[in-house]
Amino acid sequence: MSVTGAPRPRRPWRRLGRPRGSSSWEARAALLPYLWLGLFFFVPFLLVAKLSLSDVVLAIPPYAPRLDWSAGLPGLIAFVRALDFEAYARMGQDGLYLAAYLSSLKFAAVATAILLLVGYPLAYGMARCGPSVRQALLMAVILPFWTSFLIRVYAWIAILKPAGLLNMALAQIGLPPVDILNTDTAVYIGLVYAYLPFMVLPLYAVLERQEAGLLEAAADLGCTPFQSFWRVTFPLSLPGVAAGALLCFIPMVGEFVIPDLLGGSGTLMLGKTIWTEFFSNRDWPAASAVAIVLLATLVIPILLFQRQQTKMMEQR
Amino acid sequence: MNTKPRLNIGAVRSSFAPWADPSAKPLVRFDQVTKRFGGETAVDAVSLDIYEGEFFALLGPSGCGKSTLMRMLAGFETPDLGRITLGGEDLAGRPPHLRPVNMMFQSYALFPHLTVAQNIAFGLRQQKKPKDEIAARVDEMLALVRLEGLAHRKPHQLSGGQKQRVALARAIAPKPRMLLLDEPLGALDRKLREETQFELMALQQRLGMTFLIVTHDQEEAMITADRIAVMRAGQLAQIGRPAEVYEAPNSRYVADFIGDVNLFEARVTEDDGDIIRLTSPEAPDGLEAIEDDEIAIGSTAWLAVRPEKMRVHLDPPPPGPNRLEGVVADIGYLGDWTTYLVELPGGRTIRAARANASRVVDRPVDWDDRVWLTFAPDSAVVLTR
Repeated sequence: MSVTGAPRPRRPWRRLGRPRGSSSWEARAALLPYLWLGLFFFVPFLLVAKLSLSDVVLAIPPYAPRLDWSAGLPGLIAFVRALDFEAYARMGQDGLYLAAYLSSLKFAAVATAILLLVGYPLAYGMARCGPSVRQALLMAVILPFWTSFLIRVYAWIAILKPAGLLNMALAQIGLPPVDILNTDTAVYIGLVYAYLPFMVLPLYAVLERQEAGLLEAAADLGCTPFQSFWRVTFPLSLPGVAAGALLCFIPMVGEFVIPDLLGGSGTLMLGKTIWTEFFSNRDWPAASAVAIVLLATLVIPILLFQRQQTKMMEQR
Repeated sequence: MNTKPRLNIGAVRSSFAPWADPSAKPLVRFDQVTKRFGGETAVDAVSLDIYEGEFFALLGPSGCGKSTLMRMLAGFETPDLGRITLGGEDLAGRPPHLRPVNMMFQSYALFPHLTVAQNIAFGLRQQKKPKDEIAARVDEMLALVRLEGLAHRKPHQLSGGQKQRVALARAIAPKPRMLLLDEPLGALDRKLREETQFELMALQQRLGMTFLIVTHDQEEAMITADRIAVMRAGQLAQIGRPAEVYEAPNSRYVADFIGDVNLFEARVTEDDGDIIRLTSPEAPDGLEAIEDDEIAIGSTAWLAVRPEKMRVHLDPPPPGPNRLEGVVADIGYLGDWTTYLVELPGGRTIRAARANASRVVDRPVDWDDRVWLTFAPDSAVVLTR
């Protein structure tokens, strides 16, 4: 409690814990995510964007123009001049692309709605369990990740095929067989199955964190358990609902494996369209253009997701 | 348990004493209420009456069952045995949302997604009140707790003291028959807590609402409550007005829990109606206390003397009962009070406190001074348990 103006005692341990130059190291470490993003996201994106502005040619690789570094600046100018929006123009003319695009959005939206209906009660139940049961259930949700995604989708073929496990089970209890494989229904089943953990985990995180006292307060102020849910639990879980919905919706729009393996020839999804353009038609510019448009439209939900995340962090 | 005020003690709101009126009906009655958690008995056959308009405090250390008792009244816990009635009606089987009591939670439990005004309106909306009536009541509550400008803030934008006020307003708004306050001031800092204690008391007087407060802070209970129930290990140790439990504790536990106390284990040698005489190896001249309860001669009793009732002398007073001699071992200067720890020849330390009524003293008591402690017979209480 001395209030004299004497100099503070020196604190040598402060220096021990902080080697010289550590702050500049920290600054460099903070740049790492940007470096990674630039290297693994922005550069590939630029390559795809460039591809989408190219033209199809019968060559290897099947597009033109190609940048000739040896030609110097005139070569670069000639290269830029040769780029055009033809691939995008073709996309606008062919109704198939728009149909695939809308169909993808529909698949993703409907699957997200089903995921919410299935995932919310699951996450709610988990959050209400005792700590040990909770851990076991959490493990069960994460466990499928230990198996290859592809194998799990193939497993669904074994279940859904005409002589598969589902129809065998139906026959056992005397019901007529169903023909689900290679239909939109199978795609929905696959999507809901594959993305369920991505819906359940953010929902569980917000529900588990909710203070139990809030429900007591709601009950004290006259709420039945049902009313407490709608007036307190659900509104407070909305950040989790948004996170889960966007976490599922965004990748599902571009999903390829599930519609390809479980869907039929009539199943129209952008992921499949891109694949067909790229590998069957060898139309790399068109495939790239579809991918760029898909990304551009997904930027809005991605930004929404980001904002939601920041808001959640602030409210803690 | 029934402490009749034999002496005129402490500050008393003497006009208000419904518990002394045998014809008065209690608002809440706990009747032999028992609650067990696993093998532990949290509340052990507690019977307690709380009257309309009363500010009642349940006081005790943590784990004494006081919160459990309150939570059973709110409906969050179910008694294993016994009955709780409110206004004569048995509350058994009635869920919390159908009980006309509101609780102010220790954690405040404000709804983080709602504004201050929406939090206060929560219970009113649940009562399906018309919109304009809710708005008027919310404004009234905001004025009551002086938060008029903060109606549209979210809880995370409020300070601790403001949150406490919102929680209070939210619990009062639906006009409950009784307000339950669970450690309402526990999270506030000392200065704010002292202010709020007086405000809480004034608020209760103004509203005329029955308040039940649970606290481990004896000062909080003493300031706010009309009556205090001191709890110990699930049982009621004593019920009485603050001055009664302080000045006339019924056991060593209560004497020790409320405030500081010096206890002398002694043998009763004489009882002439008013004055009881005792001997103790710690008091060579004998002890004397005024006590009109009969105590068997030859039995062991404890004489309790509060530190502020000890007088400290630097010159030896004339020999007589209630006179102790010792050496000052420690001095605690608190500004308003000074506490002296005086070591008796037997090695025991006695506390004596003196109000610093003037800024300067002729002869201050110093460390290692030889001092004499005396106290008046009516300042001591004889305890038999």
